[in-house]
Amino acid sequence: MLIFEHSKAGRQGAPQAPKQASSLKAIPDALLRKKRAALPEVSEMQAVRHYTRLSQKNFSIDTQFYPLGSCTMKYNPRACNSLSMLPGFLGRHPLTPDEQSQGYLACMYELQDMLCEATGMAAFSLAPMAGAQGEFAGLAMIAAYHQANGDHARKEILVPDAAHGTNPATATMCGFTAREIKTLANGDVDLEALKEAIGPETAGLMLTNPSTLGVFERQIETIAKMIHQAGGLLYYDGANLNAILGKIRPGDMGFDVIHSNLHKTFSTPHGGGGPGSGAVGVAERLLPYLPVPMVIKEDDQYRLLTEKDRPESMGRLSAFMGNPGVLVRAYIYMRLLGREGMVRVAEFATLNANYMMAEAKKRGFELAIPDRRASHEFIITLKSEARDLHVTAMDFAKRLLDLGYHAPTTYFPLLVPECLLIEPTESEAREVLDGFMDAMQQIREEAKENPEFVQGAPYTLPVKRLDEVRAARQLDLAWKAAE
Amino acid sequence: MLQAIGVNSIDDLFEEIPANLRVDGLPGVPEGMTEMEVSRLMRSRASQNTNAICFMGAGAYEHHIPAAVWEITTRGEYYSAYTPYQAEASQGTLQLTYEYQSMMTALTAMDVSNASMYDGASSLAEAVLMSVRGNRKSKSRKILLPESVNPSYRRTTKTIVKGQNIELVPVAYDAASGQSSMDAFKAFSGEDITAVVIQQPNFFGTLEDVDAITDWAHENNILVIAVVNPLTLAVLKPPGEWGATGVDIACGDGQPLGAPLASGGPYYGLLCCTQALVRQMPGRIVGRTVDLDDKEGFVLTLQAREQHIRRSKATSNICTNQGLVVTASTIHMSIVGPQGLENTASACHANTNDLIKKLCAIDGVEQRFTGVGFHEAVLKLDADVADVLKALMNKNILGGYDLSSDYPELGNAMLVCATEMRTQDDISAYASALTEVMAAQTTKVAEAV
Repeated sequence: MLIFEHSKAGRQGAPQAPKQASSLKAIPDALLRKKRAALPEVSEMQAVRHYTRLSQKNFSIDTQFYPLGSCTMKYNPRACNSLSMLPGFLGRHPLTPDEQSQGYLACMYELQDMLCEATGMAAFSLAPMAGAQGEFAGLAMIAAYHQANGDHARKEILVPDAAHGTNPATATMCGFTAREIKTLANGDVDLEALKEAIGPETAGLMLTNPSTLGVFERQIETIAKMIHQAGGLLYYDGANLNAILGKIRPGDMGFDVIHSNLHKTFSTPHGGGGPGSGAVGVAERLLPYLPVPMVIKEDDQYRLLTEKDRPESMGRLSAFMGNPGVLVRAYIYMRLLGREGMVRVAEFATLNANYMMAEAKKRGFELAIPDRRASHEFIITLKSEARDLHVTAMDFAKRLLDLGYHAPTTYFPLLVPECLLIEPTESEAREVLDGFMDAMQQIREEAKENPEFVQGAPYTLPVKRLDEVRAARQLDLAWKAAE
Repeated sequence: MLQAIGVNSIDDLFEEIPANLRVDGLPGVPEGMTEMEVSRLMRSRASQNTNAICFMGAGAYEHHIPAAVWEITTRGEYYSAYTPYQAEASQGTLQLTYEYQSMMTALTAMDVSNASMYDGASSLAEAVLMSVRGNRKSKSRKILLPESVNPSYRRTTKTIVKGQNIELVPVAYDAASGQSSMDAFKAFSGEDITAVVIQQPNFFGTLEDVDAITDWAHENNILVIAVVNPLTLAVLKPPGEWGATGVDIACGDGQPLGAPLASGGPYYGLLCCTQALVRQMPGRIVGRTVDLDDKEGFVLTLQAREQHIRRSKATSNICTNQGLVVTASTIHMSIVGPQGLENTASACHANTNDLIKKLCAIDGVEQRFTGVGFHEAVLKLDADVADVLKALMNKNILGGYDLSSDYPELGNAMLVCATEMRTQDDISAYASALTEVMAAQTTKVAEAV
C-alpha cells in the first residue's frame, strides 16, 4: 500500500509546521500555485508506521550477510552515525566563516592527511560526491595536465575490459574516447594488447588493483612504466582499496591519481544507494589541478581554499564541499581503526575471501581464476550448472535470498559467464561464511532434484520475481492523484 | 581457516604483491582509539563550531525537521542497505523511492522524476547535458545561463560540461529589479540556442517572470530548465505550469525538505522532466510493476540508459543517488504534509519581509532590488560588508552572505534570509546588533576621514 493510499484530506502532523499560513499578498497572483500539490495527508504516526514497515522489506548489513563483490558491504559502526549527528556538526551552515568552523575543518584536514598516508599520494581533495565524480575529477585533471603541457593529441583513455561501467562512461563525459584492453585468463592485463593500444593518443590508463576479478595485478610496475614512458598518466580506481590497506599503496605502485570510495573502504553507510564519497588524491605533478574546496592549515588555523586560491584547479563539483556528513563518518571510522586497525582490515578481509574460495573449491564449485590467491573477493562461475541443470547465476542469487543471504554481485565482471563475485569483508565471522557455503551447496542439490523450484525462487520475500520487461514497457514512474 | 586455505600465515596470502613495493604498516596514520576516546574528541570538535543565530541562506536553509524523520531514516534497514539491484530484497527502498518520485512530480507538476542526483548544483549540470541530448532542433550546444543563477551552481556546471564542447552564455540581470532582464533574453531571439536556465526564486531571492521567459524560449525552440527550491513550490507556481506548456526540465536542491545544514551535505539534487525526455534522464529511476503472482512490486527501470549497461554510451557516469537523504525527505514530506509545507514556506516569506523591514529602518541599510522577493533579499550597506559581517559574528549572529566577490558591481551588498526557524526575538536581536555595528562603522569611517 502506498503512503498516498493512507491519505485523507485535511489530516496533518499539526505540531510539525507553523500553525497557519502567512500572507502572500506581496506576490503577484500569476506566480502563485493554484492547485495544492497531491502530497499525502497523514498523521505522524501513520507515516512512522508506514516507513517502519517498508524498512522491514529491505535486506541490509544490520540484518543479513551481504557478500556483494566490489561493494565492500562491511559493518557501519553506529558511533560514526551518532557522533556525526552532534548538533555542532548538523547545525553548521556551509558558508559559515572558517574562524567559526575550526572543529569541522580540523576533522576534514586530518581526513585528507590520513587518506594521503594510507594511499601514498601527495594531496587529497574531499570534493567529489561519489566514486563516479571522483573518476570524473581524476580524468579532468589528466586532461588539464596534458592541456597545460600543450599535449592536445592525447584523447584516449585505456580501460581494461573487467572495469566498472563508470570508467568508460566517465571517459566519455570528460571528452575522451575509452579504449578497452583485454584481460588474460589468469586475471592480469594482456601486456601485448596494452602495448598495441599505447600511442601518442594515450592520455592515461584506468586500473582497479586488485581488479574486479579478485586478483592483484602482478605486472603493475611494468604497466606503470609502459604508460609513463608513452607520456600517459595512471589512474587508480579505489573500489578495492580495502584489500590492500597497509600492505601496498597506490602511490608506491606508480599511480598519479586515485579516487577512494569512502562508502566502501571507510565504512560510511550505503544508505540504499547513496550518498557516497569519492575523495580524490594525486601525486605531485597533478597537485595544482585538484578540485576545490580543499582544507589547509596555516599558523594553527584551518582554512578552506577555493577557486581564488587555486586558479589551475579543475573546478568545483558541488555547491559546497562534497558530502560532509559522509566525510565526518569516514573520519570517525578511521580514528577508531587507526594504523593497526587498517592493516587488520586488509588482513581479515583477505583471509575471509581466501577461506571462502577454498571452501567453494572443496565443495566442487568452479572458480573463475583457480590457481591464484584471492584478494578480498573471488569469483565462482556457474556455467556448468547453467548448462547441465539449467539453473543460472541469477537463480542461485534469488534462492540465496530465501535462505537469508543477500546475493553476491551477479553477472559482473561481464567477461566471466554466469558469475558470482563474492566479497565477504573483514566484518564477518567464520560461522557466517560456512553458513553461506552450506546454502550454496543446498541450492545446487535442489537444482539437481528440481530445477524449476530454484528457477522460481524467491518464495519467502515480500514479492516474487518481478516483471522488469513490463516495468520498462508500460512505464509507471509516479503515483498520480485521480483527477 | 589458514589450514583450510593451505597457508601458514596471513602474510602468505599477500605473496602475489611485489615485495619491493610493499609497505610495513601505515606509520603516518594515528593509533586507533576506543569509542569513548573518539566520542570525547568529536564532542570537543563539535563545540568548536559556532552556534550563532543563522540568517544565511544562499543555497542552504535552516528548517525544522520532525524528530521522527532521521529516527526512521537511520534504521539499519535503510541506513545499511545497498543499491536495490536485488529488487525482491529491496522493496522497502524501492517503494519509498517510487513514493519520492511521485511527491516530486506532484510538487513540480512535471511528468517524471528520477531517484535523485548528488545535489542541486550537479543536478543543474546534468540538466544542461540532458537538454543538449534532448533538443534535436538545436545544433549550437549554447546554453543561456543568467547571472542571477546561484554562482556556485554556475561554476559547478562549467566544471562538469567543460569536456563536451558546450557554451554557457551569461545573461545580465536588471540592475534595478534584480530579475533576469527580458530584454537581455530577447537579444537572442531567432538564434540557435539549445536551452535557457531560470532559477525561481533567483539567487537574490527575487521572483522571475517565469511565464514570459518560458513562452519566449519555446517560441524560439529553446528548451527551458527550471532551478527551483522545492519547499517554495508549496506556494509558488510549479515549473510544470510555467508559461503555456510548462518547462522541459526542473532541477534543484532537496535540502529544504528534511536535510540538516550539516556543512553542505549530504543533500540531494532533484531532477524532473517531461515524458518526452524520459530516455535522456540520467541516474536511477524506479518503476511499478507486478511479480509472477501479479502482485504489485517495484524495480529499477530504464537501466539501458545507465553506465553499468551502456558503459561509454551512457546518459551519464552517475551511479549513486543520494538514497538516504531521499529517504529522509520522503518521510519529511509525509509527516509535514501539503498544508504544513504551505505554512512553512509562507512563514519564511513573512519572516524575511519582517527582517528586511526592520533592517532597512537602520541608517545606512537599504534594500538593493525592487523586484518582489520570496525568502531572501539583497541589502546594500554604507559600510564594508566583510567588516559588518565579522562584527555581527562577534555578537553571535551569522548575518548573511557577502556578495562582493561574486557580484563586485553591487558594492557592499549581502544576501539575508529568515526561515520559519527565526523568532521575533531573533529578528529583533539582529536588528539591534546591526544598529550598533552600523553606528560603530559610521564612526570609524568618520574618524578615518
